[in-house]
Amino acid sequence: MGRELTEAIVDGILGGGVYALMAVGLTLIFGVLDIINIAQGILVVLGAYLSYVLSVHLHLDLFVGLLVTVPAMFLVGIAIQWAFIRPLRGRERTSMSLLATYAVAIIIEGVLYLIFGSNYVNLNASYVTSGPKIFGFYLDYIYIYGFVLALLLVAAIYYMLYRTQFGRTIRATMQDHTAARIVGINVNRVQMLTFGIGVAVTAVGGMVFGATGGGFNPNTGYDLISRLLAIIILGGMGSIVGAMLAAIFMITLEAVVDVLWSPSWSVVVFYGVLVLVLAIRPQGVLGRKEARAQ
Amino acid sequence: MSTDTSASTDTERTRLLPAVQRGMLLRLGGLAVLLVVAAIYPLVITNALYTQFAVDTLIFVAAAVAWNLFSGFSGYISLGQAVFFGTGAYTVGLLTNHWKVIGGTIFALLPLGGLAAAVVAVPFGLIALRVRRHTFVVITIAIFFIFQLMAYNFAFTGGNQGVSSPFFLWNAADYNNPFYYVGLILAVAAIVLSWLIRHSRFGLQLLAIRDDEDRARGLGVRAMRVKLTAFILSGFITGMIGGLWWFFIGQALPETAFDPNFDLSVVLMAFLGGAGTLAGPVLGALILEPLQQWEAITFTNGFVAEVSLGVLLLAVILFLPRGIIPTGKELLMKWQAIRERRGQPAPGGAAPPASGTAVPSTGSQKTGSVR
Repeated sequence: MGRELTEAIVDGILGGGVYALMAVGLTLIFGVLDIINIAQGILVVLGAYLSYVLSVHLHLDLFVGLLVTVPAMFLVGIAIQWAFIRPLRGRERTSMSLLATYAVAIIIEGVLYLIFGSNYVNLNASYVTSGPKIFGFYLDYIYIYGFVLALLLVAAIYYMLYRTQFGRTIRATMQDHTAARIVGINVNRVQMLTFGIGVAVTAVGGMVFGATGGGFNPNTGYDLISRLLAIIILGGMGSIVGAMLAAIFMITLEAVVDVLWSPSWSVVVFYGVLVLVLAIRPQGVLGRKEARAQ
Repeated sequence: MSTDTSASTDTERTRLLPAVQRGMLLRLGGLAVLLVVAAIYPLVITNALYTQFAVDTLIFVAAAVAWNLFSGFSGYISLGQAVFFGTGAYTVGLLTNHWKVIGGTIFALLPLGGLAAAVVAVPFGLIALRVRRHTFVVITIAIFFIFQLMAYNFAFTGGNQGVSSPFFLWNAADYNNPFYYVGLILAVAAIVLSWLIRHSRFGLQLLAIRDDEDRARGLGVRAMRVKLTAFILSGFITGMIGGLWWFFIGQALPETAFDPNFDLSVVLMAFLGGAGTLAGPVLGALILEPLQQWEAITFTNGFVAEVSLGVLLLAVILFLPRGIIPTGKELLMKWQAIRERRGQPAPGGAAPPASGTAVPSTGSQKTGSVR
């Protein structure tokens, strides 16, 4: 039991790092555009399929393939924002953006089904199935590589946000659209690039998830988005650090409950924790209290 | 209606009144015709496939109206409506099997399904209604998943076998008809209830919450109580519909009774027609559900249907952003304004009464645009 528990904790933390990256993208989009991107889950799956195509048909290494898939997903994000998010205006923008990104999600899902079918696939490489033995169990290299890469990218996003001029414009836009516009920030451009960045991280998330998650098919997107939503709400919407901590906490918790209780209840505990936390602290763990206007 | 005419001068009023009455009569007449058509539909069209479509459509009409009754009026977009639907279905299913109810009396169990859903709505609402906007949406999704997983995991819900009705209720020839009429009754009841709410103080309080909750509270609206009441009412109706659905389908599985697609479908229907309006959800359900059924039998590959649904959805969002009814009304008003400016008489009648009918008809149903 002790060994299994350690394994669950290690797996949870390493897997949580990847979720943290995907969640940071989602929470960044929320913070800047004030919308929830329901398509984030299926975009992760799309990223995973892109890696799959590159590795199976072009025999590119998974990590090398990211050099193609990350820019590709960035462009996909910009296209979605330009075509479907930008035109939304007015009071119904919140609910409309949910529906619009959901529509995008089911279109992508349908197309993925048409191309790839519903069979589960896995991303494969030598480091996916081998690794060192630590704490008495084998840990595949991909977990470590994926975790390190995710951590580096989250750090890069953090650096960009807090140390660069572009990051300052993003944070200004997060705080107040109107004021940002007044001081000369091109809010439309910031929103577009942020959506692109938020979606680009799904390429990395998708690759690591596809190699570690025990297989994926187009339907996996629902599972991912509901977890990611729970994570960013728990961390406090728009909070980067909150999203990271919540991701690692929740995924570890799920892995531990898997071992201690049963896999069929771990997801209940996952959402139960979310409901419980929100009952006590409605704005999430690290969230700011919402502004007055609804 | 009086608010619209009181603003006008006396001479205008005398001219407007007959028009107002004519508008009312027209609308009531239209409703009566619709109701008669709905009532004789299964007697005229006896093809079992089409009556089955009709029952499905009525189920969704009632469900979309019930969703709208809370979410459309209050602005709290719930994606957890299937919690009530599934609770109703499971409750009715388990009770039917436990008490071995057969025959027409089964429909007497529907209120119990509604009651169970209403009981669930209390803690659900007390937790979820503390948060707003996106957070509310996500917490309803989370609670939805908890319920679906509980249906999978508990022993008394039958796990992934679900709860099925082993019996065939009545003869096969017009098997769908009792479901059709009960569905029609539920749908009409839901519409009447939402009309009553819309034209009551309670409904105004809900709309005030949608427009600015903090200001509404400042003006003395007991927001939590109002929201929770509407949430429970919506849950009660949806629970009854879930029960009807269980009898109709004959089986509740965790993934079909607690179906994420149900959550999304009702929201889509309401938005397609116009969330927060009275007729919007009805119209949306009448368009979308038959369309989905038709697609399901036309395209053997279900994913074509999925993609086309997504495309339709995006088209609605981009071109009819507030739904068919509010956007259509806006366009109509614009068109009429242009026509009036040109001074052209309306076809088939004198110009002043024709423009007169437009004012009250938008006034009495201006649910989508109260600001």
